[in-house]
Amino acid sequence: MPEATFLDANELVLNMGPQHPSTHGVLRVVLKLDGEKILGAECVIGYLHRGVEKIGENRTYQMFAPYVDRMDYVAAVSNALGYCLAVEKLLGVEAPPRAQAVRVILTELNRIASHLLWLGTHALDIGAITPLFYVMREREDILNIYEKYCGARLTTHAFRIGGLQYEVYEGMERDVKAFCKKFLPRVDEYEELLTENRIWKDRLINVGILNAEDCKAYGVTGPLLRAAGVKWDIRKAHPYSGYEKYDFEIPTRENGDTYDRYIVRIQEMRQSVRIIEQAVEGIPEGPIMAKVGKVIKPPVGEAYVSIEAPKGELGYFIVSDGSTQPYRLRVRPPSFVNLQALDKMSRGSLVADIVAIIGTIDIVLGEVDR
Amino acid sequence: METEPWEDELTRALKSQFGDQISEFSIYREQKFLVAHPDAVVPILEHLKLEAGFDYLVDVTAVDYPKKEERFEVVYILYSFERRQRIRIKTRIRDGQELQSAVSVYPGANWLEREVYDMFGIRFSGRPDLRRILLPDEWEGHPLRKDSSILKMDQKWVQENLGIDSGQ
Repeated sequence: MPEATFLDANELVLNMGPQHPSTHGVLRVVLKLDGEKILGAECVIGYLHRGVEKIGENRTYQMFAPYVDRMDYVAAVSNALGYCLAVEKLLGVEAPPRAQAVRVILTELNRIASHLLWLGTHALDIGAITPLFYVMREREDILNIYEKYCGARLTTHAFRIGGLQYEVYEGMERDVKAFCKKFLPRVDEYEELLTENRIWKDRLINVGILNAEDCKAYGVTGPLLRAAGVKWDIRKAHPYSGYEKYDFEIPTRENGDTYDRYIVRIQEMRQSVRIIEQAVEGIPEGPIMAKVGKVIKPPVGEAYVSIEAPKGELGYFIVSDGSTQPYRLRVRPPSFVNLQALDKMSRGSLVADIVAIIGTIDIVLGEVDR
Repeated sequence: METEPWEDELTRALKSQFGDQISEFSIYREQKFLVAHPDAVVPILEHLKLEAGFDYLVDVTAVDYPKKEERFEVVYILYSFERRQRIRIKTRIRDGQELQSAVSVYPGANWLEREVYDMFGIRFSGRPDLRRILLPDEWEGHPLRKDSSILKMDQKWVQENLGIDSGQ
């Protein structure tokens, strides 16, 4: 055998990350390449692992609540909602209607904020710098509402087990309505920049296709599943926190490619505005906390509760041994499960597309690694 | 745990297929679960996927009960888009006992099983690539076991690789 020359070297292993701007955190992807074609992509994760589940076993139910905000830190309110609902399920209590309505408003605002950050950074990865500035401007409005409501902007700890800690502040309805009114034309602006943009379409259409069958096989949920044509959203399939009262649609697309996921997320932001407008119109009067003791001691038992987080199905599986601390607290993070399909999505595409494909999954490494 | 019995056409079909391999059908807080013999788990998953439409494996995780002889309870959460129904399958195994992997039925079980291995040290047979996923490959111990204290983690690894004391 003659010695290999560079002409034979048609398989190349390329290491991308963990310090790479388009991996949205500390994700390392090892790519196997044949020229420019991707033969396989292996994710190396865990750089942000903090042992959230172990911490949960060593804290009381209330003490652990702020920790969940630090998993998917761009959608902290969603994490908190899922956690509160899971503990409430174990306790057998339900938040009062007023708290539920406020929860829906804040969570949907959070969905918009999360999708906005995704849109800005995804477009930036593809080479469109402008949208990032615009989405940050709108996201700022949402964070200002959070700041006025609970004093924090990112890791909000907005909810409490059994309801809410804070009453709505004076003028919150006005702020939320003003945001909704302003926001819809802004979505049109983003779409003007991107939807029919030729470069945007060339970079996204038919890239990173994941069809409905593969989505189900890999447990992929959220906008990725809906872009593949499956009309499934936990808010509709198993309504929680009063979502059954609101009129909204589940946007879907057929192709399951990166472009379709972009369209689905844009449509979801419009639907979120629709939900917020309905919720803010009729916030019921009444208490904001259910009758929950100062010491939370769920009876011996276990429950799995999941919500539709911006990234997909976020689930909490909690086992209680009757004490003040969870015996076992499992988080089923959507980013972690969705990221697993990266290999499947990227095989056969070009190396330049991997950036678009990582972006389109919408991962937050704080949640992948926990 | 105060459970109610779970009985419907699905449990009848499973009973006739698997007999005493399934020891319990219960409902707790409106959530259905069954307890199965470890060897029967993968056949049950396969049956549920192909015959009953449970096409989405939501999660695989484990709970550690160090005082029991069958120390680990491994939990599979399944969902059916068609039925709009979620169920849990639980099985109990001893420390060191291997479970058959579910990757051949649900490809998405791959990372979830790796995480269970990483955190609990439960091994799955008949699958490739059972490595740690969140912790470093050279890490010692499995942190979600109840006997692993948060104050006594792998200090050696931290000192060798990061050059710091862990601060615990």
